[in-house]
Amino acid sequence: MLTVEHLSCAVLQDISLTLRDAQTVCLSGASGSGKTRLLRAIADLDLNSGKVMLDGVVREAIDPCHWRRQVAYLPAESRWWAQTVGEHFRNPADVPFERLGFDGQVTAWKVERLSSGERQRLAVLRVLENRPRVLLLDEPTANLDALSTQRVETLLMEYITQEKAACLWVTHAADQIQRVARERLLLEDSQLRLAAVA
Amino acid sequence: MITLTLFDLSLAALLVVALALSSLRIYPEIAGQLSIAAVRTAIQLTLIGLVLKVLFANSHIIWVALLSLFMLAVAGREVMARQHRRFTGWWGYGIGALSMFISSFSVALFALIIVIGNQPWYEPQYAIPLLGMLLGNTMNGIALALDRLTSSATEQRDVIEARLMLGYSQQEAIADIRKQVFRTGLIPIINAMAAAGIVSLPGMMTGQILAGAPPVEAVKYQIMIMFLISGGAGFGTLAALHFGVLRLFDDRLRLRLDRLSKSD
Repeated sequence: MLTVEHLSCAVLQDISLTLRDAQTVCLSGASGSGKTRLLRAIADLDLNSGKVMLDGVVREAIDPCHWRRQVAYLPAESRWWAQTVGEHFRNPADVPFERLGFDGQVTAWKVERLSSGERQRLAVLRVLENRPRVLLLDEPTANLDALSTQRVETLLMEYITQEKAACLWVTHAADQIQRVARERLLLEDSQLRLAAVA
Repeated sequence: MITLTLFDLSLAALLVVALALSSLRIYPEIAGQLSIAAVRTAIQLTLIGLVLKVLFANSHIIWVALLSLFMLAVAGREVMARQHRRFTGWWGYGIGALSMFISSFSVALFALIIVIGNQPWYEPQYAIPLLGMLLGNTMNGIALALDRLTSSATEQRDVIEARLMLGYSQQEAIADIRKQVFRTGLIPIINAMAAAGIVSLPGMMTGQILAGAPPVEAVKYQIMIMFLISGGAGFGTLAALHFGVLRLFDDRLRLRLDRLSKSD
């Protein structure tokens, strides 16, 4: 369980929320409302104040590298720095690439040849490799076609249920919200409020 | 050794004047810069000549130390001035100056006390030129390295943060940049050592030979200086990288580009 109390950063003030195990909460809000800022602040990537706890342990008591593996932020646009796909994974052999429609050769693929959709699907696999307790997903299916979207949703939902992970999922698609979440938060005027799922 | 008269120097100066006049039509501003730089060279070198003359007459350790610190202070300012994005506050000056102090001063002490073994070790005739050469070269290495470090960190912010997001440590997140920066700091001295004696006759050796020293003795000094400079520049670059990387990240391993000034 992830608890956020009175979180403030550059554009947000006094945000509180709770993410329970094995549950997905969707987050929406107009562009520029600070959704990305909120996710980055929880992952402790930007300066921020407030109390953030994972299973009752405050963030400051946990090594920052370990924190980000546990509380994983998946940005809307992924970055790839090495030549081949495989170099971006710690143990490429253990990654279920086939679940998102890749064959075993994908580790040898050149990163510069990847399409935006392929990058996005691989980024999901990359972030899951750390076996995080909390997922902070920033529009994980924005560039994907219907089939890929379905595969990514299935994989993520399965992970969340099996590993009892908590998840905050930024999305605008009403149908996706209905499929993945029972709770929905709306970020408006730097305030979080509960909204209807449907 | 043949002493140069003021007239001899004016003859050499004619060359600069002729160049300034010729460049007037192509690039008028450069003629001004050239003249100012030439005048600065004449004044600064005359002054240091007088200072050294006095210093050689009173070779007290206090005076040697004071002049050394003054040289360090000016070199630190120079390193700071060459950064496009410098660390804000005292860090901008401190990281460069501290790295130069650590490397140049310790290498100079090592050379004076252990390698040369002069009595007393702070004899200004040895200490000041040696430190000057070390500082000058270390300054180049450190200025290049810091400039490259801060500009690369700014340009590659997304990649560094992408690694941090995946739980990489700060050393892992910045490893490739650090490697490039270290190379940048060391390339000038590596090139100088590789070309020495074939393409270029280094200045110090040339000076000693002009002053009448036997070429083989001058060469031995030059070899020592080359090794000292590579040690000084290398360890100075390492120190600057160490402090620079420390300052780029905070205790929660966030990349803190807000600690850099805006590019001007």
